[in-house]
Amino acid sequence: MVAVERLVQAYQAFAANGASGAPAWLKELRAGGIARFGALGFPTTKQEAWRFTSVAALTETEFELAHPASRIPHLDAIKPFLLGDGPRLVFVNGFLARSLSTPLSDGVRLDGLAQALVDTPDLVRQHLGKYAAFADRPFAALNTAFAHDGAFVHVPARTVFEQPIQLLFLAVPSGTAPLVSHPRNLIVVEREARVSVVETYVALDGGTYWTNAVTEVVAGDGARVDCYRIQRESDRAYHVAVTDVHQGRDSIANVHAVSFGGALARHDLRGTLAGPGGYLILNGLYALTGDQHADHHTAIDHAAPHCESHEYFNGVLDDRSRGVFNGRIIVRPGAQKTDSKQTNNNLLLSRDAHADSQPQLEIYADDVKCTHGSTVGPLDPKALFYLESRGIGEDEARRLMTYGFAAEILNRMDIAPLREQLDRIVRARLAE
Amino acid sequence: MLDVKGLRVSVAGTEILRGVDLTVKAGEVHAIMGPNGSGKSTLTQALAGHPAYAVTAGTATYDGKDLLALKPEERAREGVFLAFQYPVEIRGITNSYFLRSAVNAVRKPRGQEELDPLDFLQVLEDKLKEIGWDDTLMNRPVNEGFSGGEKKRNEILQLAVLEPRLALLDETDSGLDIDALKTVANAVNKLRAPDRSFVIVTHYQRLLNFITPDVVHVLADGRIVKSGGPELAHELEAKGYDWLRTGALVS
Repeated sequence: MVAVERLVQAYQAFAANGASGAPAWLKELRAGGIARFGALGFPTTKQEAWRFTSVAALTETEFELAHPASRIPHLDAIKPFLLGDGPRLVFVNGFLARSLSTPLSDGVRLDGLAQALVDTPDLVRQHLGKYAAFADRPFAALNTAFAHDGAFVHVPARTVFEQPIQLLFLAVPSGTAPLVSHPRNLIVVEREARVSVVETYVALDGGTYWTNAVTEVVAGDGARVDCYRIQRESDRAYHVAVTDVHQGRDSIANVHAVSFGGALARHDLRGTLAGPGGYLILNGLYALTGDQHADHHTAIDHAAPHCESHEYFNGVLDDRSRGVFNGRIIVRPGAQKTDSKQTNNNLLLSRDAHADSQPQLEIYADDVKCTHGSTVGPLDPKALFYLESRGIGEDEARRLMTYGFAAEILNRMDIAPLREQLDRIVRARLAE
Repeated sequence: MLDVKGLRVSVAGTEILRGVDLTVKAGEVHAIMGPNGSGKSTLTQALAGHPAYAVTAGTATYDGKDLLALKPEERAREGVFLAFQYPVEIRGITNSYFLRSAVNAVRKPRGQEELDPLDFLQVLEDKLKEIGWDDTLMNRPVNEGFSGGEKKRNEILQLAVLEPRLALLDETDSGLDIDALKTVANAVNKLRAPDRSFVIVTHYQRLLNFITPDVVHVLADGRIVKSGGPELAHELEAKGYDWLRTGALVS
């Protein structure tokens, strides 16, 4: 429990210094978070939700809590990650870098969470911590304990915001100790409003660090929110994240999650269809090489009738990498006419790559349609021959099919510059 | 064009073809008929180079070259095309992207320039016009969610775009209703050319109501047991295959 104690001590220092000016309700929320983390501790592989993913490396490394960076990268350094001229927030080790950001305050609000706590505390209080429950999620609890900065997006009722908003999280290792940051994001889309948000995690320098992020998204009645989450951390990084999407009546949420980076990545992604008529897409890709390990635990909670959800997750696993997918679908009593489909396909490009795929259906209503399917295997030899019989050589046929496996997910994304950016990453990897 | 002699082929250790002889001249259309399990599909798969079909004896000479020594993609680049009985889905790859990759894979070794997306679109439009189809299948992933008829049409479209000199059609008619059958047959007829030969494998005579072959062969128990003109197909329709199988055993 040494690691837990170390984090509790770090919390005490944090609560006494940097966070001491916080409103009482937030102090209480944080105290609840650290208490819960202290009780839960780091998960072990004896726990069902962590059976395939060991976080021992996190307990064995002495991480130092990140502080606002003294060195802000130059705009040129982040240009390759930007998606055009849309509004953006750029964070360095979890703290807003205002000089690189273009906040909004007229109608749509876009700013750091720390600033929003000053400017619009009531709005933040209304939502923060309301969706990312942490009773059984130690890392969400830990993030809550350190909740301070991150992105705050607020789209007022009936406001349609066309330009995608970009949230760019840069890891910039500094000093000698590996850093841990706890970005906390809150995206509030009021009734009948519409917005797209792209959340990107990327390393400017390689190295070991730990990102422990939580993103809460709430879509009001009739709202539409498109969330993109692109994880491109360093190949020595640890990335642990929780995303909770809470949907009102007749709302639409398209949630995309791409995982390319990290030595160890774990993403818990939950969508809650809380009002009738909701529509949810979870569309995910993990493409891993070397010794990378990525674990996606997804949950779709059909808590209201007449909702529809589609989940597509593809894994492309090379070398000695390991992909874990757990897809839980819960249909609550009374959530009649639920229509839910889940697929998880894993492509193994090497004998040493490994995939674990677990669908988990919990259905407590009788008039529902729920289907799931999962595959794990190498490229289909029938398809390879089909391509070869058209004149395409074996290596090119393999590349084409592998690309298609990833493209199937990327093609569901609506933001062309983002799709092209990801497409280039996939192609570059295939050319290696 | 194609000269097959004494071809023996095994699948998973079981011999399916037991000495097939077949000569196809340029511009000819040959129909190969026969009961289920006679080895019709095996013949086309082996000629296209499927690795699961092991050639244990015999030769296949195509255009003076040893066809059997070539890899599947080399055969395609030399102008051999197989329309699959069960076309395969390629997830995430649109039909037009796939077709352009195939066209360029065939063009490059011939010293022809690769087509960029715009050039290819023009070629595609011309071909579609030639066979009288629209482009509805082009932006969908290859064969994914296609109906049976759409899959077969897609095979013929590939044939049209790749312009092979030897087209092997493996039960392209199976699973098609009469309208789809006519559509496919009409397209094949439009693609007939003096320098293009067809080997059409079919279980039923009805396809041959719309495509008139030059030669009809009957394949039974791994051998060609009878060859004749188009009238042989009608005879088979009337009498079935059993009389030939018995004959084969006697001889």
